[in-house]
Amino acid sequence: MGRKMIEISHLVKQFGTLQAVNDLSFSVAPGEVLGFLGPNGAGKSTTMKIVTGFLKPSAGRVSIFGCDIEQDTIAAQRQMGYLPEGAPCYEEMTPRTFLNFIAAARGLKGAYASERLQQVIDTMSLQAVLDQRIETLSKGFKRRVGLAQAIIHDPKILILDEPTDGLDPNQKHQVREMIRGLAKDKIVIISTHILEEVTAVCTRAIIITQGQVVADCRPDELEQRSKYHGALTLDFDESVTAEDFLEEFASLEQVALVESIEESNQLSLFPRHKDQSMLLDVSQLIRDRQLPVVSINQEKGKLDEVFRAVTQEQNP
Amino acid sequence: MNGIKVITSREIRSYFATPLAYVFILIFLVLSGVFTFYMGNLFERGQADLIPFFNFHPWLYLFLVPAISMRLWSEERKSGSIELLLTLPITRFQAVVGKFLAAWLFAGLALFLTFPIWLTVNYLGDPDNGVIFSSYLGSWLMAGGFLAIGSCMSAVSQSQVIAFILTGTVCLLFVLAGFPLVLNVFRDWLPILVVDTVASLSFMTHFGAIAKGVLGLQDLVFFFSVILFWLLATTVVVEMKQGQ
Repeated sequence: MGRKMIEISHLVKQFGTLQAVNDLSFSVAPGEVLGFLGPNGAGKSTTMKIVTGFLKPSAGRVSIFGCDIEQDTIAAQRQMGYLPEGAPCYEEMTPRTFLNFIAAARGLKGAYASERLQQVIDTMSLQAVLDQRIETLSKGFKRRVGLAQAIIHDPKILILDEPTDGLDPNQKHQVREMIRGLAKDKIVIISTHILEEVTAVCTRAIIITQGQVVADCRPDELEQRSKYHGALTLDFDESVTAEDFLEEFASLEQVALVESIEESNQLSLFPRHKDQSMLLDVSQLIRDRQLPVVSINQEKGKLDEVFRAVTQEQNP
Repeated sequence: MNGIKVITSREIRSYFATPLAYVFILIFLVLSGVFTFYMGNLFERGQADLIPFFNFHPWLYLFLVPAISMRLWSEERKSGSIELLLTLPITRFQAVVGKFLAAWLFAGLALFLTFPIWLTVNYLGDPDNGVIFSSYLGSWLMAGGFLAIGSCMSAVSQSQVIAFILTGTVCLLFVLAGFPLVLNVFRDWLPILVVDTVASLSFMTHFGAIAKGVLGLQDLVFFFSVILFWLLATTVVVEMKQGQ
């Protein structure tokens, strides 16, 4: 224990009167891809800045594979690759000179350095822009240059602050593929407020708000917390009004509650027991009564609803 | 050591990646020519030395050095790249020294490129090249002192303009420290020991001594201490500003 993981214990960061991080504790083990969620200003970036040794905590400690980030900063920083928020870099450089600089600063030498350089260029598809100034590149390319510098030394720990922010869907897909493609013994921490990203790449999700952990579980467990988990959504034909059938569905034994969504002419049916499907009974009723239902969707759970629920409990 | 070397070489490249380096060198050369030949009357004096050339250096540096140093840290903080820099396995002090060295080497290059003036006096007469060499060294050391102050001021503010003005002001105080203008302010109410200490901080006094060809240990120690002090101060300021 301790040697092989990131351990964050009782972390506090105060900016003047603002408590950005408030007694935050958790640990991350190799193989975990941790989605770090929270509303803007929840303390996600601040926590990442402390973990990477950029900011000093007001109290508490961070241990990176047994190296204390305050006492043993350089040794801890060697193990990590970091993409700061907004992927800042030296705009007057080209991706080639910039990546060479990072490789040299990370102590990579000779053949190994060139090999790694070529590898990140391939992974991030940077070949075409290698000798253009970074300031002339599109946002997507800049972000990829930022990611390339984070992985150039093949770090055991990768910390990415909003890695897909501002990218188009294709680029987002590429970045997620890259993260999924990383070796399985690495630790990855991704901060994001894009919830689909969490289900797409993360093995674990932590939601923080006002500098404190309010949820820590697998993404699918998070979905199960949703009141929509296991719910059925029925789309009705435009010729009828969904609300007219509300009573009929409410009378089914398996159905605990029916909600009408007026603007989309839908009914949401919530099960009495989350593990028992209402699908059979509901479809039976539709067939028997010849109801004009266009489609039936079984909901996995709405992450943004869980997100709102857990972050607003704290912050009404 | 590797850290310092890597930072220095990146910084120097970045000077030349923008027009800044070329504009700076051009203006430095033009102005030092103007000062030497028009205001210093190099020819009319009829003496084979470079005293008029070096005499103007403190004043030239007063507004040219802040132009090099103002971007050292302000720009890093403004663009956010400071977060990248300081999460690399490089200590704060190494980063501070690396950046300073780049600026100092750059100033050295600008100074070196004034060699046609040296060729001129050698062509026209028979100057004491030992004194000239010593003066060049003194001038470069003084530039280092200015740059170290500038590095610290650049760390104080995100705005390059503010960094420029602060650097100019603090450097002016160091230049004028030996002048009655500054000393009279202290003389009336501070013990003579303090007044002497203030006077001994004058860049002019120490540069003047070296420029006369006297490479005294105390002058070398003075400039190196000034540089070291301000670089340590820069490290502290960088550290402090990060927490905000």
